[in-house]
Amino acid sequence: MRLLRIVPDNTKFDFMRFRRISFPISALMSILAISLYFFHGLNFGIDFKGGTLIEVQTKAGAADLATMRAALGALGLGEVQLQQFGAPDDVLIRIAEQPGGDAAQQQAVTKVRGALGSVVDYRRVEVVGPRVSGELLSYGVIGLGLAILCILVYLWFRFEWQFALGAMIANVHDIVLTIGFMSITQIDFDLTSIAALLTILGYSLNDTVVIYDRIREMLRRYKKMPMPELLNASVNQTLSRSVITHVTVSLALLSLLLFGGQAIHSFTATMMFGVVLVGTYTSVFIASPILIYLGVGRGGDALTRAAGTSKEKP
Amino acid sequence: MLFFTRWKAAAILLMAFFVCLCAVPNFFPESTVKRWPEWAQRHIVLGLDLQGGSHLLLQVDANAVRKERLQSLNDDVLRVLRQARIQFTGRAVVGNGVQVHITRDTDLDNALAKLRELSTPLSGILGASGQRSVDVTANGNLITLSPSEAALTERIRQAVDQSIQIIERRVNELGLVEPTIQREGIDRILVQVPGLQDPSRLKEMLGKTAKLDFRMVDQSMTAEQAAESHAPQDSEVLDGEGNQKYLIEKRVLVSGADLVDAQPGFDQRTSEPIVSFRFNSSGARKFAEATQANVGKPFAIVLDNKVISAPVIREPILGGSGQISGSFTVQSANDLAILLRAGALPAPLTIIEERTVGPGLGADSIAKGKISSYVGAAMVIIFMLATYGLFGLFANIAVAINVAMIFGVLSMLGATLTLPGIAGIVLTVGIAVDSNVLIYERIREEVRGGRTPINAIDAGFSRALATILDSNITTFIAAAVLFYIGTGPVRGFAVTLGIGIITTVFTAFTLTRLIVATWVRWRRPQRVPI
Repeated sequence: MRLLRIVPDNTKFDFMRFRRISFPISALMSILAISLYFFHGLNFGIDFKGGTLIEVQTKAGAADLATMRAALGALGLGEVQLQQFGAPDDVLIRIAEQPGGDAAQQQAVTKVRGALGSVVDYRRVEVVGPRVSGELLSYGVIGLGLAILCILVYLWFRFEWQFALGAMIANVHDIVLTIGFMSITQIDFDLTSIAALLTILGYSLNDTVVIYDRIREMLRRYKKMPMPELLNASVNQTLSRSVITHVTVSLALLSLLLFGGQAIHSFTATMMFGVVLVGTYTSVFIASPILIYLGVGRGGDALTRAAGTSKEKP
Repeated sequence: MLFFTRWKAAAILLMAFFVCLCAVPNFFPESTVKRWPEWAQRHIVLGLDLQGGSHLLLQVDANAVRKERLQSLNDDVLRVLRQARIQFTGRAVVGNGVQVHITRDTDLDNALAKLRELSTPLSGILGASGQRSVDVTANGNLITLSPSEAALTERIRQAVDQSIQIIERRVNELGLVEPTIQREGIDRILVQVPGLQDPSRLKEMLGKTAKLDFRMVDQSMTAEQAAESHAPQDSEVLDGEGNQKYLIEKRVLVSGADLVDAQPGFDQRTSEPIVSFRFNSSGARKFAEATQANVGKPFAIVLDNKVISAPVIREPILGGSGQISGSFTVQSANDLAILLRAGALPAPLTIIEERTVGPGLGADSIAKGKISSYVGAAMVIIFMLATYGLFGLFANIAVAINVAMIFGVLSMLGATLTLPGIAGIVLTVGIAVDSNVLIYERIREEVRGGRTPINAIDAGFSRALATILDSNITTFIAAAVLFYIGTGPVRGFAVTLGIGIITTVFTAFTLTRLIVATWVRWRRPQRVPI
């Protein structure tokens, strides 16, 4: 049986040359993502914004959004959003946080239950009060920062600081772009998004570490090879693995995206973008070439270090 | 790398087998598993998002605890100074303390000494902490007593403990199945009730303090007069049913703490729903004394600062039991009886987070989780076979065992499986496959480098394993942080991801190697088929 070879043996693609294109592109994209965050904003879900989310399913036939909107609009709960959610009989109701603290949120739910009565099935009711939403957001941000820091320290111990720094730049780049993606698509930004971001972080690093591992090995073996050449060789040697792994991960994610249902849809969509598109690109086109600029040492061999890097310094 | 001693191989296989075995109880119905010995019963618990149910996060009202503490300190000051026959004026709760002005300078030292006795040393977890419960300061003749922060925190902690017990009783009385009630942080309580579709009644029950008092109605003026001008110092105006207002004495004749039983019933004459109750002996004595002294006068039954009814005492009630009639429905009488039996909460609770999932959505999620896992697994299996052939088969076997081991570990821990948790397992399949890909790609490289097959396989494993370890540790760090900061479903995701990484590393280092090593010994390959 002939086996599938996506990446032919002995590929010699000059990835490092692309840094003159990939770095400006990445910088541009990052700026774009950051301005999107500031000017377009994220669609904060109730986890971080507080408020109420109710998923109902009509018991007979498709949901009549207009009637429901009228019934709920009359309750005086401020902004009430209704949205078809998957099937035509499935409706998602979002109610903004009510003024008047935690008790007011609970009253809102009671009012909605009263207005819609028993013609609908309550599939999901989530109420997050103002106190909790503030905490969840700060926990999320702290968690993300903490994770980056822990990983940085680990890489610093395991490799050299240049690698740790390179990985972190690549990481922040991934997260920034993913946040930009979330802003464009206006996917609900909630606790699961933080989970998605952390997983993207883990995966992207996983990929970067595999390449860095190879770079380190090459650095020890070929002490005289110029840095760009060495990095190119390392990326090329691990390319087949990168591609195969990403195909399998995307197969798994694709299946979650297609069949996992609405509840994890935003989670998997974000992961698909972050892991498959950004993560792979980053480890090859950002994390590796950036080592050229960070001046990676060569196992304490000062002579070859000078020979290896002096050529590269502009 | 390819040599395994017999006992080592046996140990690896036994361990994998044992861990997989732990997953077995999940495949049998609960009723069957119940009959097994206890150690064999551990299984994965479905999260509320999968089985449906209600998650309520409650917060104890710290301000109420603080206020109550100040009020009781205020009463203590009165008692102590009266007992010591010290004259004082201007006793009041001011800000975060109680102030009192001692009239005569000669009493000052005595007063300070007596009031300092109210302050007790706090016993921390590790013996005496050196802190005291009340700070007593004097400024001229003005003495200020303020409860220390440590004492208040301790009191809030106690209030949470008591509340948990009372909530347990209330929830059990409602007949809810397998509720979990636990402390979260300092002043919060998490209540989770699987299978509960509409938590309205539960929320109502948890939202009531159920503080029941029997007090006298102050007849020195009408409630309207008191509301307009100024209520007497020892009385207050309370709301009743409808718009009715009552002027009620602050002094409590008997409190709900003296109740031993409360049952819903019907009034024999009017056949309206009522709640009948029984006092313990000290409550019965106090109630008898009070009713004897006040025949012909009205008294009030006050629940959570609201007057339920204010009947006139027709004759002394000596038997220690009585009944409350208000405008009850059958359900509200029943609920009140439950609340009274369970006891009053030490402080009001506020619901600060609610997540309820209906059973329909849960079942849908399980079905979708299953389909997506099967499809994802099938695609990955086919892709691996197409890419690596026989070695792809080895990888698939290893990944299958890996997934079984994840379920085994989750069962051992009695962990909760949530929908994001299922996503975590699917992603683990991706990571697990990656470890095989790393090994195989390395072997391919070594073959290209001109090594003999066995040599190449050996070198491939030993070089790839270091990389596998490095790359997995970084992902594991992310999972650990996620576990630490996350709650509910997100934590479920972190758990499966973290366990998945551990089993993946285990499988890559042992099982995959063992499978390949066995194959190499058996076939003595002349070339590597990848």
